Amino acid sequence: MTSKSSSDKPVGVIGAGNFGSVIANILANNRKVLLYARDEKVVSTILKTRKNRGHEMHPNVTPTDDLESLARQCDVIFPIVPSAHFRAMMKKLSPYLHPYHILIHGTKGFDLQLPKGETIETVKTLSREQVKTMSEVILEESVVVRVGCLAGPNLSRELAQRQPGATVVASPFQEVIQTGKRLLRNERFQVYENPDLVGVELAGVLKNIIAIASGGLSGLGYGENAKGLLISRGAVEMVYLGRVLGGNTKAFLGVAGIGDLVATCNSPMSRNYTVGYRLAKGETLQQIMDDMQEVAEGINTVRITKKCAEYYKARPLITDTLYKVLFEGMTVQDAVDYLMRYPLNVDIDFV
Amino acid sequence: MEILEEKKNKNIGYKPILDGIPDWPVYQLSKNRKEFLEEVTQKAMEQIRLLRPSRKQLLEELETTVFREQNRIKRNRWRVDPKDDARFWARVKNDLIELGSKSAEEAAKKEEDLLHEIVLRYAKEIAGTFNPSSYRFAREVIKFWFVRLLNGARVKKFGAIFRNRYSLRDKIHIVGKVKMLRRLAKKGTVVMVPTHFSNLDSILIGWVIHSIGLPAFIYGAGLNLFNISIFSYFMNSLGAFKVDRRKKNLPYLETLKMYSNVAIQKGAHSLFFPGGTRSRSGRIEKQLKLGLLSTAVEAQRNIYLESEGTDARKIFVVPVTLNYHFVLEAPDLIEDYLQVKGQDRYFVEEDNYGSFQFIKFLFKFFTKGSNISVSIGRGLDVMGNYVDDEGNSLDASGRIINAREYFMTEQKVTVDKQRENEYTRMLASRVVTEYHRINRVFASHLVAFVAFEMWLRKYPRLDLFGFLRLPEEDLEIPYDEFKETFKKVRKEIYRMKEEGKVRHATHLKGDLDVAIRRGLENVGIFHVKRPLLRARNGNIITQDLNVLYYYHNRLVGYDLEKFIG
Repeated sequence: MTSKSSSDKPVGVIGAGNFGSVIANILANNRKVLLYARDEKVVSTILKTRKNRGHEMHPNVTPTDDLESLARQCDVIFPIVPSAHFRAMMKKLSPYLHPYHILIHGTKGFDLQLPKGETIETVKTLSREQVKTMSEVILEESVVVRVGCLAGPNLSRELAQRQPGATVVASPFQEVIQTGKRLLRNERFQVYENPDLVGVELAGVLKNIIAIASGGLSGLGYGENAKGLLISRGAVEMVYLGRVLGGNTKAFLGVAGIGDLVATCNSPMSRNYTVGYRLAKGETLQQIMDDMQEVAEGINTVRITKKCAEYYKARPLITDTLYKVLFEGMTVQDAVDYLMRYPLNVDIDFV
Repeated sequence: MEILEEKKNKNIGYKPILDGIPDWPVYQLSKNRKEFLEEVTQKAMEQIRLLRPSRKQLLEELETTVFREQNRIKRNRWRVDPKDDARFWARVKNDLIELGSKSAEEAAKKEEDLLHEIVLRYAKEIAGTFNPSSYRFAREVIKFWFVRLLNGARVKKFGAIFRNRYSLRDKIHIVGKVKMLRRLAKKGTVVMVPTHFSNLDSILIGWVIHSIGLPAFIYGAGLNLFNISIFSYFMNSLGAFKVDRRKKNLPYLETLKMYSNVAIQKGAHSLFFPGGTRSRSGRIEKQLKLGLLSTAVEAQRNIYLESEGTDARKIFVVPVTLNYHFVLEAPDLIEDYLQVKGQDRYFVEEDNYGSFQFIKFLFKFFTKGSNISVSIGRGLDVMGNYVDDEGNSLDASGRIINAREYFMTEQKVTVDKQRENEYTRMLASRVVTEYHRINRVFASHLVAFVAFEMWLRKYPRLDLFGFLRLPEEDLEIPYDEFKETFKKVRKEIYRMKEEGKVRHATHLKGDLDVAIRRGLENVGIFHVKRPLLRARNGNIITQDLNVLYYYHNRLVGYDLEKFIG
């Protein structure tokens, strides 16, 4: 599979955020990398200082603001932009893409398409017709079919410090998985395979909900018992929701499910965790969002998941309660009290 | 009974796109039959060796094959089976046993020979014989008798049988992308994939292909059809190849796929029913068999692999739906379906219809006003993209794309089985979507759907089986109530048509009472027990709930249920 000729071709990364920069650096160990940033200031800063968002950029990374030339030069592209901008980015990129391209994205959020004039509050029902994972967006918006995703416990800062970590590359195509593995693997970074693309995407997206809740518990000063309870019940809820939305159980038990869940739920570094933590400390959602540098995907995920679950007549307890905290003014303390009183006793019913 | 008038076909006749039969790819294949079969055999053997690389595995495969074949001969014998079947497999079994006493080298050689013998035998069995003079003869006979029957039956006077007032075209409507199909057949190789509801499909589609001026297609028809001797004669001369669904052993399946693959690569237009077998439930196929479909993908990749330039011949997949008011086998099909539902079993391939039944059916078909329409879909490339009239693949926004690039890794066309399996799955799901879009809703489908759903709604506590066991006498819908619901659902179908999600026959439109009457008169028209009719008091009643369920199923999958009640 590896041929000499190919190694001259650079790999593309779209999105120079935190995670995008880290992935670009990891890829740069093996290949030349083109890193696309929407903002030309970011490009010039990287060129000048070799730094971006606090990360020292690898010499193999070249920043660019030209999508067309990136698509022309790279056969393999990693789009890593927030879910809210993902479709718009794909629409811009799509004219330059060919069926030979391979796209492996690293975005953990949902895409939402609403009829004109509707907002998520006004729309009556929300189903999988309107809610799409990123790979589905890629398939809808471009001719690319060889699509995959990255997911797993990948906290940007730890990766940047070259601490040991792992990721899953998921795709129905072995070719995509092997390409992803070859490009990403190094002695500090393990890469696992999974053919269930949508399952892995859902695991990555849904864990953000639980991460917010976990931050909330810490914010209230609760300890490890509470967290153990949350993580295990949270995992059950993820499996439950995942099935409703079209994944199967297995993906949730792996690196992208439990692995990512445990990492984010214990990490003050995670944005979603921070949201929950600060809410518990009494700040409002608006205050928190105003001074965050990058989006916490979990907030939107809670909103979309709650509405979508309603359509499928599913009752995700943690998600629904969290929704009340985020958007209906319930306090974190009340939410915990409510959950603790809720009569539920079956531990596991899906294996 | 009135004829349900469709919009008159503008295109009264199509000229053949190729002048003489000698130019037809299928004729070329059949002229070089021996070389062709040998090529299929060699390539199939290569494929089998790839799948069973070690000698031990190959030996096991051969033993399994013999075991299954002998079992089939014992349990499920058909008239078409070769006379020497039992003898042949007994001998192969013997040879396999004797391998034990041979030296490794000798044994390997012998194994190879046996495999060759078996695969070649299968290839010969699969291959159709296309014979131009018997093709012409069969074609004329079919046309002649169809037209005689039609005229004799329509006008109730002796002597009318010699008139030419009605032609088959009045009976069978071909709608959709006919011109495009004709163009594509000149530009590249067409793989036509129709839905499969009735044994009549094979003959019908053969007539359609001829009548729109295309050269004969090779097509995979169930071997069981060859049991019926008139079928057998016509199909053999129309270029059919035989698919024996009783044989599920590896050498057979690989030979079958390779036959289709090589034929497509050689430019022979092909046709197969990707649903594999007739739809038992009456639903439009949702799950397609990937085996034969994958041969189109593989053949296209091979063509790209072998031709570096831009002149690579393209393969076009053309979905087709056949729309009937009446399916002869409906009562048996639905019974099969209900029996095995929920149990993971294969349908036993049986056939209860001999030549006599078939002629009887044909007569009924021509004497009563039951029309058939054939919807031809837009051409797709092997990835399921639409193509334009020139055969260029288009992306969702109408830009031309180079389909070769789907098979490329690092600037080269590569062979990747796993990738192609995935592509086949994608193609299959595209074909299913297209079926739903080009499906033509008849008034008879809609009355069946509405009535069944309305009744089902009245018994929310019963599961399907419980519901189907209700005595038919208990079921009655006041006509006005029925009309109201029919109107609502029909409106929804109009809306979906606007969105390009389905099509409907022109006879569905117009006055409500007339549309309903047409539907009631035609739904399952020749069954002894009518699935739906009006009682003396005007209410809607049924005589056979199972069969009603069958016709109702035609409209399942459009999410129309929510407009009932």
